[in-house]
Amino acid sequence: MKEKTQVADIDRSMYDFRNEDKDAYRIENGLTEEIVLKLSEEKGDPEWVREFRLKSLKLYNEIPVPDWGPDISGLNMDEIVTYVRPNTDMKTDWKDVPDEIKDTFEKLGIPQAEVKSLAGVGAQYDSELVYHNVRKDVEEQGVIYTDFESAVKGEYGDMVREHFMKLIPPTMHKFAALHGAVWSGGSFVYVPKGVKVAIPLQSYFRLNAPGAGQFEHTLIIVDEGADLHFIEGCSAPKYNVANLHAGAVEIYVKKGARCRYSTIENWSKNMYNLNTKVARVEEGGSIEWISGSFGSHISYLYPTSDLVGEGARSDFTGIAFANTDQNLDTGCKVAHRAPNTSSYVNTRSISKGGGVNTFRSSVYVAPNAKGSKCAVSCTSLMLDSESRSDTIPAMDIRTSECDVGHEAKIGRISDETVFYLMSRGLSEDEAKALIVSGFADSVSKELPLEYAVEMNNLIRLEMIGAIG
Amino acid sequence: MALLEIKGLKVSVEDKEILHGIDLSVGAGETHVIMGPNGAGKSTLGFAIMGSPEYEKTDGTVSFDGEDITEESTDKIAKKGIFLSFQNPVEVPGVTLSSFIRNALEQVTGERIRLWDFKKKLAKAMEALDMDPSYAERDLNVGFSGGEKKKAEILQLLMLRPSLAILDETDSGLDVDAVRTVSAGIEAYKKDVGGALLIITHSTKILEALDVDRVHVIVDGKNACEGGRELVDNINENGFEQFVK
Repeated sequence: MKEKTQVADIDRSMYDFRNEDKDAYRIENGLTEEIVLKLSEEKGDPEWVREFRLKSLKLYNEIPVPDWGPDISGLNMDEIVTYVRPNTDMKTDWKDVPDEIKDTFEKLGIPQAEVKSLAGVGAQYDSELVYHNVRKDVEEQGVIYTDFESAVKGEYGDMVREHFMKLIPPTMHKFAALHGAVWSGGSFVYVPKGVKVAIPLQSYFRLNAPGAGQFEHTLIIVDEGADLHFIEGCSAPKYNVANLHAGAVEIYVKKGARCRYSTIENWSKNMYNLNTKVARVEEGGSIEWISGSFGSHISYLYPTSDLVGEGARSDFTGIAFANTDQNLDTGCKVAHRAPNTSSYVNTRSISKGGGVNTFRSSVYVAPNAKGSKCAVSCTSLMLDSESRSDTIPAMDIRTSECDVGHEAKIGRISDETVFYLMSRGLSEDEAKALIVSGFADSVSKELPLEYAVEMNNLIRLEMIGAIG
Repeated sequence: MALLEIKGLKVSVEDKEILHGIDLSVGAGETHVIMGPNGAGKSTLGFAIMGSPEYEKTDGTVSFDGEDITEESTDKIAKKGIFLSFQNPVEVPGVTLSSFIRNALEQVTGERIRLWDFKKKLAKAMEALDMDPSYAERDLNVGFSGGEKKKAEILQLLMLRPSLAILDETDSGLDVDAVRTVSAGIEAYKKDVGGALLIITHSTKILEALDVDRVHVIVDGKNACEGGRELVDNINENGFEQFVK
């Protein structure tokens, strides 16, 4: 078995390969009205989208940088390239995707997973989708799964316009405004009433260009009584310049519908991941967030559930692994705005080699949300004394007729456990990796098998520096 | 040449010397018993052989199979073929008993093991130990009763097939039925693997069904007396007072 023992020397070659920057079109660095207009023209936006971009840009310039989270002064928008179009248009057959790009996704296992276990796949390379396909039987159920550009311009244009950036308005925060100005790519999903999509859809976002930003927009509408599992994957090779990801995910869960949204995020460690995700859940509907945060230099990520209908439910299961030079500010927000709504938050965080994890939760229970329940639980594991782990819960409860609980635990790996595992032949690194995988088990068992395996591999990568 | 050869071993825990020069020699396939009153340093000897970093060897040597393992790390010692059954097995949440044993087996043998073959072997070993098959998919030792924890230790012993097994108070805290099952597991190890045993105990229940080659009495961190099986009967009758100077 080939194993590296130097924990510091992490072999990320599995994710770190990069292709030469042979993009067909690359907009100049920075962010001005001129650049936004050029981007809009390049993309052939309809009028309303162009107006929206300009309005958002104005907001972006007005809204200050958040002053409460990790330092993002290393991110200079004048140096970020907001639009990089790959050297191809979108294909529906992997055979037609240029070899170099196809190789990238093959190394990441996307076409293979599509054959085995997915109902549809979208693959974005830098700013645009290069591949999109959905299984025929799923299409025949009436499920719409397309790239976002076609959705804006196509027969669902009105539906898109009606929902686009309504849950995440550009006024929400600076990076929502940025997204509104320069968004490109992403997916649109519509699941008609009562349709249950038996196997997941997946979009994968790969950022290859150095110094670029990725701003994909994902809009999912799960109509009444329908059921969907959507998987988002992301990765990028490492560069010495800052890259930025400011995507937006908006999910509408209608009456009695269910949506499960799983993410395994593995950005490279020069990435600023300032992503925003919001779900609005109607009566009796449920949203399930599964969130794995492994990469990025800095993350701000708090999937939000807006429970607006009676009996709506939100489940959040998350894990964050912060290693050297990583500051991950993650968590979730829930707003209970109707009676008998419920939310469950279960997160795990692991800090190693000076990495910083902050778990932020925000729970709001409106005066009318009587009979609602909320349980927040967060457990942190610190692998050494130079690492850091903080928990910042915020609760705003406006009715006494509800049940809200919060618990937080911070622990370390005990020497006794390591010795026990070593006495069975595991090296010290192996033993610690196994303990950490066990710690993450409550999250990995929520994932489809392939992704649970990927998550375990990522843990091993961080713990040992090799994949066994 | 003895399989395990300990010479003049001194061991300290947090700068306090617990073992003051122990000598011990165990031949391949032999069964040795270490007895002694509470606090004599019996468990310390087991942990020290296994290379626990908390137990500092200040003098003397431990050799196994002709190699000096005094300064060797715990995992290397395990890979050479020594197994320590813990008195208090540790709980590891999120790691199933089955996946852990498979992982350990792959580490020890250095080979990938086919899941199907592994599952068959595991099921057979669990049956021999009268363990409910559902335990294979439960988290390692989490929520196991005292008896189930000890059975899980013996299960690992049967699966990992070491050439020397050190059993630290494996019979303590077990009811009569559990002692019988655990004893049967130890017999199976002797029979199938033919390995040597070093049994640390202060009672003698577990020894009833075993052929004992040698008994060592340790008192106050020193060898106090050594003999054959008859020493067990002597201790049963007269206790350890006779060895305390």
